[in-house]
Amino acid sequence: MDVAETYSDGRRLLVERPAVGLLGVALLYLFVDLMLRLANVPVELMGVEVIGGTLAVSTFGRFLLDGLIVGLVVGLAGVGLSMTYSILNFANFAHGDYVTTGAFSGWIAAYLVGAFTLGVEEPIGRLLMIQAPSLVSAFSSPLAIVVGIILAGLGAVLTALFLDRIVYRPMRDKGGIPLLIASIGVALALRYAIVFIFGTGSRGVTATGSIPEVAIPTGDGTIPMNLHEGTLIVAAVVLMFGIHFLLQRTKLGKAMRAMADNKDLAQVTGIPTERVIRATWIIGGALAGIAGFLIVLERGTLSFNIGWRLLLLIFAGVILGGIGSVYGAMAGGIVIGIASRVSLVWIPSDFARVAAFSVMILVLLYRPEGLFGGVKTA
Amino acid sequence: MSDATDTPAPQGKDPDELPEVEDSDIEKAAQETPRGLPLRVQGLEKRFGGITAVDGVSFEVEEGSLTGLIGPNGAGKSTTFNCITGVHDADGGAVLFQGEDITGLKPYEIANRGLVRTFQIARELEEMTVLENMMLSPRGQRGEKLVNAVTPGLRDDVVAQETDLREEVWETLEFFEIDHLAEEYAGNLSGGQRKLLELARALMVDPDMLLLDEPFAGVNPSLEEKLLDRIHDLREQGYTFLLVEHDMDLIMENCERVIVMHQGKLLAEGSPEDIKNNEQVIEAYLGEDV
Amino acid sequence: MSVAQRAWGAVPDSVKESDRQLIAGVLLFTYLLYILAQTFLAIANNAAILPAVANSLQNITFLIAVYAIMALALNLHWGYTGLFNIGIAGFMAVGVYSMSILAAPATGSPPGLGLPIPVAVVGAVAITALVGGIAALPALQLDADYLAIVTVGFSEIIRLVLNASYFAGTVQDPEASGYNVVDIFGIQFGTGGGQGINTPTSSPADFLYSTTSLGDLLYGPSGDPNALGSAVYAAAESVGVNSSVVNGATYSFFLLLVVVTLYYVLLVRIGNSPFGRVLKAIREDELVAQSLGKDTRWFKVKVFMVGCALMGLGGILWQGSFGFVNPNTFRPIVTFYIFTALIVGGAGSNTGSVIGGAVFAAFLFEGPRQLARIVEVLVTSVFGSLPSPTTFYAAVVSLNPLAWLGYTIDNVSTLKFVFLGAVLVYLMQNRSDGLLGHRKEIAASIDLSDRTPRKRESAAADGGESDE
Repeated sequence: MDVAETYSDGRRLLVERPAVGLLGVALLYLFVDLMLRLANVPVELMGVEVIGGTLAVSTFGRFLLDGLIVGLVVGLAGVGLSMTYSILNFANFAHGDYVTTGAFSGWIAAYLVGAFTLGVEEPIGRLLMIQAPSLVSAFSSPLAIVVGIILAGLGAVLTALFLDRIVYRPMRDKGGIPLLIASIGVALALRYAIVFIFGTGSRGVTATGSIPEVAIPTGDGTIPMNLHEGTLIVAAVVLMFGIHFLLQRTKLGKAMRAMADNKDLAQVTGIPTERVIRATWIIGGALAGIAGFLIVLERGTLSFNIGWRLLLLIFAGVILGGIGSVYGAMAGGIVIGIASRVSLVWIPSDFARVAAFSVMILVLLYRPEGLFGGVKTA
Repeated sequence: MSDATDTPAPQGKDPDELPEVEDSDIEKAAQETPRGLPLRVQGLEKRFGGITAVDGVSFEVEEGSLTGLIGPNGAGKSTTFNCITGVHDADGGAVLFQGEDITGLKPYEIANRGLVRTFQIARELEEMTVLENMMLSPRGQRGEKLVNAVTPGLRDDVVAQETDLREEVWETLEFFEIDHLAEEYAGNLSGGQRKLLELARALMVDPDMLLLDEPFAGVNPSLEEKLLDRIHDLREQGYTFLLVEHDMDLIMENCERVIVMHQGKLLAEGSPEDIKNNEQVIEAYLGEDV
Repeated sequence: MSVAQRAWGAVPDSVKESDRQLIAGVLLFTYLLYILAQTFLAIANNAAILPAVANSLQNITFLIAVYAIMALALNLHWGYTGLFNIGIAGFMAVGVYSMSILAAPATGSPPGLGLPIPVAVVGAVAITALVGGIAALPALQLDADYLAIVTVGFSEIIRLVLNASYFAGTVQDPEASGYNVVDIFGIQFGTGGGQGINTPTSSPADFLYSTTSLGDLLYGPSGDPNALGSAVYAAAESVGVNSSVVNGATYSFFLLLVVVTLYYVLLVRIGNSPFGRVLKAIREDELVAQSLGKDTRWFKVKVFMVGCALMGLGGILWQGSFGFVNPNTFRPIVTFYIFTALIVGGAGSNTGSVIGGAVFAAFLFEGPRQLARIVEVLVTSVFGSLPSPTTFYAAVVSLNPLAWLGYTIDNVSTLKFVFLGAVLVYLMQNRSDGLLGHRKEIAASIDLSDRTPRKRESAAADGGESDE
C-alpha cells in the first residue's frame, strides 16, 4: 500500500467514520496526558488542571506489568476462542469454562505432586478437593507447577473434545446461532458441574509469603515482581512462540490456516476437516486450560467462575485482534489487558472492566475486522 | 437534451440534471414513444479493492420495453444491477430513474420509487408462507406503522386495507398460477415456483419497472415458458423490464433491445439482430466458451 | 424427554390448535401437579395443607408470570425480528434502577427524585426504551452473533456501573473524601452501588388492600388495610392463610391474568399486522425486505425500543417488587433463563412464549427443588434418615448410594443449572422449534386464506377508503 493510498484511506476514514476520528483524537490526548503525568508536568488553565499531572513511573510500571499479566492470560485463552470462531463458525460462550476446567484439573495435580514432594501429610481427599492448606509455590515445588501446567492443558483438552463429541459434532450443519446457544448451555452445565463437585467457595491455593520477589528500579521507586508473575510471563511467551512455530512450520498448522480462511475450499482440496477441528479443540483447549492454571498461580485463589469472569475480556481481545486471527487474538488480549490496567491512570478501578468492554463494543461497531484487520495472519 | 424536456413525462424532469445523451437512435426512439426513458445509467463505476468490476457503463432502458443485459461470466452484470438498486454504492457515475437521480439512495428508497428487483438466487422468506410473502410487498400499508397496528380504533383501518390487499394478492397468485401454493411455506417451493413467487411478490410493490436478475436460472422448461408468458403479459400491460440473463438465445428471442457487457465495460447495444452480427460480441462470447 | 413427548402426543388436537385452551391446559396441569406435590409434602411434614398449597401456588404463579412476561418481550426481539439480544438483564436493570431512583425520596440514602410511583414507572419504561434505542442505533447493523456480544457486553457495563461506588450516592457530605452523589444540574441521585437500592414497595398488593387516599396511590400505601383488605385478610385468616400469602397471591395473579394477557395481546397485535410481517421478513432476509421498499433499519430501531421498554417494565414488575435490588440481581444468567424459557416454548410464537415461561418456571427452575423435597421425604420414610456428606469426595468414597443421593439432594440447586444447560443443548440439537414444535402464526391482521372480499364481509369496518 503506497503512501498516497494510505493518506486517502485515512481521509476517507475520517469522513465516513467520524467516531473513529474522534477516538483517534481522544487516544492522542490520553497519550500526551500520560507523558506529561510521567514527567510530572501539570498544565493548568485558569486554575483548572487540563492536562498532565503527576504519576510515579513505578506506579505506572506496575499498571503495565499487571496489564501484561492479564493480557498474556487473555491472549493465551483467546487463541482457542478465535480458532473455533473461524473454523467452526460460532462464538463459543463455554470457552471461559474451559479455562476454569483447566485451572481445577491443573491445581488438583499440582496439589498431589506438591504434597508428595514436600512430604506433607494430608488425606488424599483433601488434596483431590483442593482443600488442603495452601502449600504449593513455584519456589517450594517447581515440579508441581510444571505438572500442574501439563495437567491443566490435558484436563481442558479432554473436556473440550468430549463436549465437541456430544454437543457440537452432531450440530456441525447448524448455523452459528444454534451453536452459540448450545455453547451457553454447555457453559452453564460445565460451570455448575464444577460447583457440584468443588462448591462455590473461593480457595487460596498458593503458598503466600514464601515467594521470592525482585524489585525493578524505575528511578522514583521500584516495581515489585514475584516469581509467580515471572513464571506466568515466561510460560505464556514460550507457549505463544510454540503456537507460532506450529502454525508456520507444520502441515497441520497450514491446514488450519486454510480452514480458517475458507472452509468449503479446504474441504474440496482434501484437507480432512474433522481432523483439523479436533486439532483446533486440542490446541485451543490446552491453551485455555493452561491460561486458567497460570492466572490462578498469579492470583493465588481459585474459584468456579474465574473463566466466566474472563470470558468477556477474552472476547474483547479476540475481537480487537480480528476474529479468526491467532496472532490477533494474542496481540488483542495483551492490548486489552494493558489498556484495562493503564486506564486506572484516569478512572477509578471500578471501571477498568467497563473500559475494556467499551473498547470491545467500539471495535465491533466501527472496525469489526479488528485493529489489525486486513493483515493476513492465520 | 431535447428529448427529455419534450417528452410529456409525468414527472417534472429537470433538464440540468440530465447529462448529455449522444445516441441519436435512442433520442428518436424516445421521441416516438411518449413514455420516455425511465432508467438511465451514466458512466457507472464500481471497484472492489483493486478490481474494477464496472468500468464506466452507460445505457438507457425505454419505457415499456423488455431489455436484456447479457455478458459472459464476470462481465459485471450483477454488480451493475446491485449498483442500480442501491445494494452497492457506486464509485462513480449516475443512475437516473424517471428523471430523478437515484445514485446512492438506499435499496428501500429506490424500491419505493417504483424500481423493484429480483435476485439471481431466489431469496424467498422461507419461514413465511407464500401469502405472507405477497402481503409484505405493497407500499403504503397503514399497518406498517406500529401505532396503527396495535391501537384498537386504528387497527380497523389496517384490517380493511389488508382485506383489500388480500384480494389483490389472490388475483396476482392466480395470474401466476401459483394460487394452489398460497399457504405453503416459501421454503417448500421448487426453484421455478420460487422464481414465479419472486416476480409476483415484486409486482405487488406496484412498480413501474422491474429488474430481473437471471429469472430463468434453475427453472425447468415448462415453468420457464410460463414465466416468459407472464413477463410478456406484464410488458403489454405497460411494465418496463430489464433482465440480466446468461442464456443468450433466450434474450435474443424475447427482448427487443439487448445490452452486452464484457469485462466491466459496455460492449454493444442494439436490436438482437445487430448484436448477433456484432463482431466484438461474438469474439467475447467465443473467448468465454459459451 | 420422550415421556414428555408421549404425554404431548396424548393431548387432543383440538386443544393443541386453540392457543387459549393450550395455555389454560398447561397452567391447569401445572397447578394440579403442584397441589398434589404440596399436599403430599404437607401431610408428610404434619403441616396444615391449605396454607402450604396456597403459598406454593402463589410462588409458582409469580414465577410463571414473570418468565412469561420476559419471554414475550424477548420474542419480539428474537422470535420475530431475529435480533439476538442477550443483554436482557441489563435492560431490566435500567428499568428497575430508573424507577427506584425516580421514586426514591430526595432525603433518602441514596437520594432520588421523589416522584410519585406511577410517574416513576412510566418514566423508567421510557428511559429503558431510550437506552435501548441508543444502544440499537449503531448495533443493529451487526450480524446476529456480533450483536449478541455487543448486547451482553453492554449489559455487563450497565451492571458494573451500577455496582461502582463512584455513583452510589451513599456518602452525601460534599466535603467527605468519598463523596459520590451524582449531581446533574442540581438533580441529585445515586445508585446505591454494590449495596443495592430500595425499590418503592416490597408488597405491591398493598396498592389494592391498603390504599385509602390518593397519596397512598401515588407514594405507596403505608399503614393499615382498607375495608377490602380487612375483609380479604380476615377471610384468609379463617382458613389459616396469612396476609403475606394473600398479598403474594394477589400480586402473582394480577401479573398472570392482567399483565401477561396485556403483553400477549400487544404482542399478537404487533405480530399479526403488516408491521409484524416486516419484522419477520427482516428475520428471514433483510435485503429482500429492503428491496421491497421497507426501511428495515427504522423498523429494527423501533422494535428494539419497544422490546426494551417491555423488558424494563417486566423487570420493574419482577425484580422491582421485592423492596430491594442490587446489581448482582442482573447477572447475565438471568438473560439465559429467559432465553431458555423462550426456546422451550418455541421462539417466534407468542403462545409458545407463555407456555415456555410456564414450563421453565414450574419444571426447570422450581421443579428440581420440589422433586428433591419429595424424594427426600420418601427416602427418609423408608430408610429412616438420609446421610448428608459434606464434600463430593466424602460422598463418593463412602460407596453408599444413599450418601450419593443425600449429596445430590443437598446440592440440587447447583444441579439445576447443569440440568438447564443440558436442556438448552438438547433443544438446540433436537427441537429448535421448542416443545410445541413448529407453529404457524401468520403475520397478518386477517385470515389470508379466506378469500371473501371486504364489502360482503363487513360493511361496518369499511371506512370507504381504498388502499393507496
